[in-house]
Amino acid sequence: MTTTSTETAVMPGAVAPPAPLDMRRRRARKDRAGYLFLLPWFIGMLFTVVPFFASLYLAFTDYNLLNPPKWIGLENFADMFRDPVLLKSLRVTFTYTFVSVPLSLAAALGVAMILNRGIRGLPWYRAVFYLPSLLGASVAVVLLWRYIFGFDGIVNAFLGWFGIDAISWTSDPDYALTTLIILHIWTFGSPMVIFLAGLRQIPVMYYEAAAVDGASKWRRFRSITLPLLSPIIFFNLIQSLIASFQTFTQGFVMNNGGGGPANSTLFYNLYLYQQGFNQFNMGYASAMAWTLLVIIAVFTAITFLSAKYWVNYDS
Amino acid sequence: MSSTLHTPKAAKPNEDADALIERLGSTRRSRFTRHVILCVIGLVMMYPLLWLVSSSLKPNGLIFEDLSLWPAEWSPSNYTDGWTALEYDFGIYFSNSIIIVVLSIIGNLFSCSLAAYGFARLKFTGRKLFFALMLGTMMLPGHVLLIPQYILFAKLGWLNTYYPLLVPNFLATNAFYIFLMVQFMRSLPQELDDAARIDGCGPFRTFWSIILPLCRPAFATTAIFTFISVWNEFFGPLLYLTDPELYTVPLALRQFIDSEGQSQWGQMFAMSVLSLAPIIGFFIAGQKYLVKGIATTGLK
Repeated sequence: MTTTSTETAVMPGAVAPPAPLDMRRRRARKDRAGYLFLLPWFIGMLFTVVPFFASLYLAFTDYNLLNPPKWIGLENFADMFRDPVLLKSLRVTFTYTFVSVPLSLAAALGVAMILNRGIRGLPWYRAVFYLPSLLGASVAVVLLWRYIFGFDGIVNAFLGWFGIDAISWTSDPDYALTTLIILHIWTFGSPMVIFLAGLRQIPVMYYEAAAVDGASKWRRFRSITLPLLSPIIFFNLIQSLIASFQTFTQGFVMNNGGGGPANSTLFYNLYLYQQGFNQFNMGYASAMAWTLLVIIAVFTAITFLSAKYWVNYDS
Repeated sequence: MSSTLHTPKAAKPNEDADALIERLGSTRRSRFTRHVILCVIGLVMMYPLLWLVSSSLKPNGLIFEDLSLWPAEWSPSNYTDGWTALEYDFGIYFSNSIIIVVLSIIGNLFSCSLAAYGFARLKFTGRKLFFALMLGTMMLPGHVLLIPQYILFAKLGWLNTYYPLLVPNFLATNAFYIFLMVQFMRSLPQELDDAARIDGCGPFRTFWSIILPLCRPAFATTAIFTFISVWNEFFGPLLYLTDPELYTVPLALRQFIDSEGQSQWGQMFAMSVLSLAPIIGFFIAGQKYLVKGIATTGLK
């Protein structure tokens, strides 16, 4: 690349050179312009590609930042299987993901359907439902959640009106994760906006024709809306899965970095952080990172493979 | 408002469509039910935020006693006391956050627009491959890069500085924004570039004088999303900043629970309100860009 670019730089004003050479030179000049525009990105890719392979290497080493990494083969991965805390953190992350992702997507689709067409005040409603999704990852809101679900918080006060005994949401291991799942559902607004945009693309005449044929509301939803929206459901599902597997801040702030009570909010990435940056087991943490990458890749692949059974690409 | 999603020309048939859908089985009563459902959901969702604002104005003793949203007793001193409650004034934390946010926005706009123009408009060897690579990094979970990046930044002597938070933004590492801009630039007519070339513009001139000015909506979207995500960001600052003088607002807020013994809830809530206010402000100002942005790229 460098040689061709100097070539063009040396003879910029040459008149009517032989055709093949001219072609090559024009191509080289085009290449040079493209690469120049991408220059920051190329350097940025170094910050991505090199760490990507470096962490793969570190996963097979014992490394604490002070001594040089020592190759230990698969030992980190074997240790992971024997580490009860790690298995617990996987369980927490899976529970969180497989409960909160479907629920928040269902809420998003449900509200989007109600909002879809012919409703007054759509911008207002959309703003109200969307705003929480911008705030859900902020420290202020997670702190707020701690106190709303605190023992004398408003949730318990509200339940008290119905005669339900106060629950120690944040300090009882059976309930602590529930509060974070509710926080996740609270942020259904961003998939909702995507669903809304998708619903707008469905041609009205389909519904018209179905109504003429006497299809019920439910039938119209199942036979028109759902198939035509399936690519967007698919997209939202993949996005939410990937994001949810990587939850960190909620677990960290909720229990002051500890993942308590009884590790019930110890998300996988939180445990990775503890291993890597509190205990400086960088090799182990890298092995954890790659394991999570594989888990995410497997679930993404399953979703992709399942797509041919339920995602409609006809339109 | 619906016209922000559609061009004015398209708005007319859509209104007809709305009216038609309304006739298809929505009576006045069912419409009323829909509004009731939406209002209840909206109220439940807004309640925590309203409670936050109200609690930030109550004296400590009343926060968990008086459950009404309208404070029985006002305590605006939460704001003035909270401002100075931690080691440094919140003024320091806010200006730290603002510096990082502003530089991140500049970095993303600069580097991502260059890359996007390259991908969207120029033909060069390996473009498809690089574009695929770029899309791949969009899906790549960041935690895989975390440890080597930390080691690298440590070796560069960048711990306890803003460089680890800022430099990546100047190197187009946010593939989402590149993708957003590529999508936008592809929607601009190719004739613009052709006309510019015939008039003797090179690619840089075309980029600067023709494409950039037309991309303002995509830039606004990028800027707002960058603002919100960087303003909220917790993990990066937690990892790289240890000196409290450098703390951003989220890190500072967390200190309120480190010193929980004092139970200054009112002050904590007051500072929480201040930390959320800029996001809500940007949200109100830029809603149409946000809605457009997530509709085209699925960005959150």
